[in-house]
Amino acid sequence: MSDFYGELSGELNLGSDSYTIQIKVMHELAITQNVLDIALEQAEKHNAGKVIKINLVVGEMSGVVDECVQFYFGFLSKDTIASDATLSFKRIPITAHCYDCDATSPLEEFNWVCPHCHSSNIEVVGGRELYIDSMEIE
Amino acid sequence: MEIKVLQDILSANDRIAERNRHLLDEKGVFALNLMASPGAGKTSLLLETIKRLKNRVSIAVIEADIASSLDADKISKEGVTTLQINTGGACHVDANMLNNALESISLEDTDLLILENVGNLVCPAEFTLGVDRNVMISSIPEGDDKPYKYPLMFSVANAVLVNKIDLLPYLEFDFRNFSRGVGVVNPKAALMQISCKTGDGMNEWISWLLAEMKK
Repeated sequence: MSDFYGELSGELNLGSDSYTIQIKVMHELAITQNVLDIALEQAEKHNAGKVIKINLVVGEMSGVVDECVQFYFGFLSKDTIASDATLSFKRIPITAHCYDCDATSPLEEFNWVCPHCHSSNIEVVGGRELYIDSMEIE
Repeated sequence: MEIKVLQDILSANDRIAERNRHLLDEKGVFALNLMASPGAGKTSLLLETIKRLKNRVSIAVIEADIASSLDADKISKEGVTTLQINTGGACHVDANMLNNALESISLEDTDLLILENVGNLVCPAEFTLGVDRNVMISSIPEGDDKPYKYPLMFSVANAVLVNKIDLLPYLEFDFRNFSRGVGVVNPKAALMQISCKTGDGMNEWISWLLAEMKK
């Protein structure tokens, strides 16, 4: 896969400002390649002729940008049975446990305090999800 | 037809990471993955660590950069085995790249293997490698808000080193805010303040590292 990165990073290097964009995209590229690999493997296992939809679950902490994955999926899935597949992203918020009021709840934005009692005595317990939940095939 | 998959997207990487872990364990190598943003002091920490440990343990270093061998050249001057891998545009080292690199290192002769990951606070955190410990550096000029902005990176670190504390008189940095952030995402992480320039905190870091190697 390293050769592939090289090839693509060349194309994406659009000038002096492109560095951060390139880094972001590279990260999603590896993820997208894995999504496609798993989808094709599953499709083959179920003797499917076509992948219609892939349902992904992505925690807010994983730092995955949906649009990037979508963009690369279109590129990577060309000439495969998943080329027309739609990707659906279910985002899971960062969830924290509060040691003061004992509630476990999703954090509002990235403000890092308990939404119930506003305590900062919290610990993150969820939001790192990054998996394929299900697929539609035919 | 809908089918349930329930598979981690990076499970292929995780499987190779597991192979790395077995290989390193089998050869008795303690492996460290060093992560930080560009310029936080990864190479400086490596050099200072090597200077203090090279007569006590056998060290090998893997330098990962998008391009160039500038860091590997600096490290190899210290007389330790250094392998440069260029990730060819990729922003992180994945388990497979590490696996390939391990083939080129004489693991039997190595006690401590340090991987200097690509300078980046986002992507390297996503890819498990099969190493013994993840260590990250966050430096004073980067600001005290980094644990809140890059929670994943801080959540995977076994130790967080705050580097460049010699700059504290010149910059605003609220340690309480920083350590609260680390505590929220990763209460188990060891938190140390260091300066690679003055040597402050280096004894604590070296003691931590040696203690972890014995575990």
